[in-house]
Amino acid sequence: MRARVFVTLKPSVFDPQGQTIADALHSLGYGSVADVRQGKYFELDLATTEASAARALAAEVADKVLANPVIESYRIEVD
Amino acid sequence: MRFGIVVFPGSNCDEDAYHAAREVFGQDAEYLWHKDADLKGADVVILPGGFAHGDYLRTGAMARFSPIMNPVRSFAERGGPVLGICNGFQILLESGLLPGAMLRNKGLKYRCEHVHVRVEHTDTPFTSGASAGQVLRIPIGHGEGNYFAPPEVLQKLEANRQVIFRYTDAQGRVDEAANPNGSVNAIAGICSEQRNVVGMMPHPERACETLLGGVDGCAIFDSVLRWVGSPLKV
Repeated sequence: MRARVFVTLKPSVFDPQGQTIADALHSLGYGSVADVRQGKYFELDLATTEASAARALAAEVADKVLANPVIESYRIEVD
Repeated sequence: MRFGIVVFPGSNCDEDAYHAAREVFGQDAEYLWHKDADLKGADVVILPGGFAHGDYLRTGAMARFSPIMNPVRSFAERGGPVLGICNGFQILLESGLLPGAMLRNKGLKYRCEHVHVRVEHTDTPFTSGASAGQVLRIPIGHGEGNYFAPPEVLQKLEANRQVIFRYTDAQGRVDEAANPNGSVNAIAGICSEQRNVVGMMPHPERACETLLGGVDGCAIFDSVLRWVGSPLKV
């Protein structure tokens, strides 16, 4: 199975990089881009064929390592 | 007394801390490799600056899994003085030994310059020899020093008097222009609830000799020398 983990700063946390990217897009004429939040993307190749086991393992890894729960949240996709 | 200076792969201020402890303050000092299992009898532990394990995921994120962090945690729980400087502060945050987290600097720039920090409280091992309100001129060098804590944590930190250093101007006034990274409440350093674990972004070990442009960092080392030598501990 493959798990995709998307880690982003929580909505309540200021994202200096996202803000800078948004400013850059505005200066390039993309005024309709209201906001940008940037984050990290991980692809995990897992030695399991069970979707639920893959999701549980990805969540454990995200909780312990990939994301810092103080400032970040994550979303997992499994296929 | 003996300083234990932890060396992670990617630490780069370990030699500065070692030099300050041995050459400037004439104390014993030992390097503690991150795979070591004990603190070699250290009376005080310093987690130095640098880029532990490369900081590829998040600053300090992998260092907390290093074996040396087990005895460091036990030492801290027993009340031993632990100082995290810059990357060491980030490691203390990721390890949960101090609350909060670091974000990229507000302006996204790596800031490498002298700043002013105000000593807020003197009842920690690393500020016991300073005076409350004293302004120290100490260098910083970091890209991720934008301290963040959720509102409820921040409120607790302030209520418990755990904010130990704040970025100010030379007169000790908190001012947005004097905050180099956007840290919430201009926080430059905090301590644990038990007050023996302190994390700070500025580098006192780089400010202990006039040759290096200032000696205000001596206050931190003088404090812990006094504290370890005193029967009246925190």
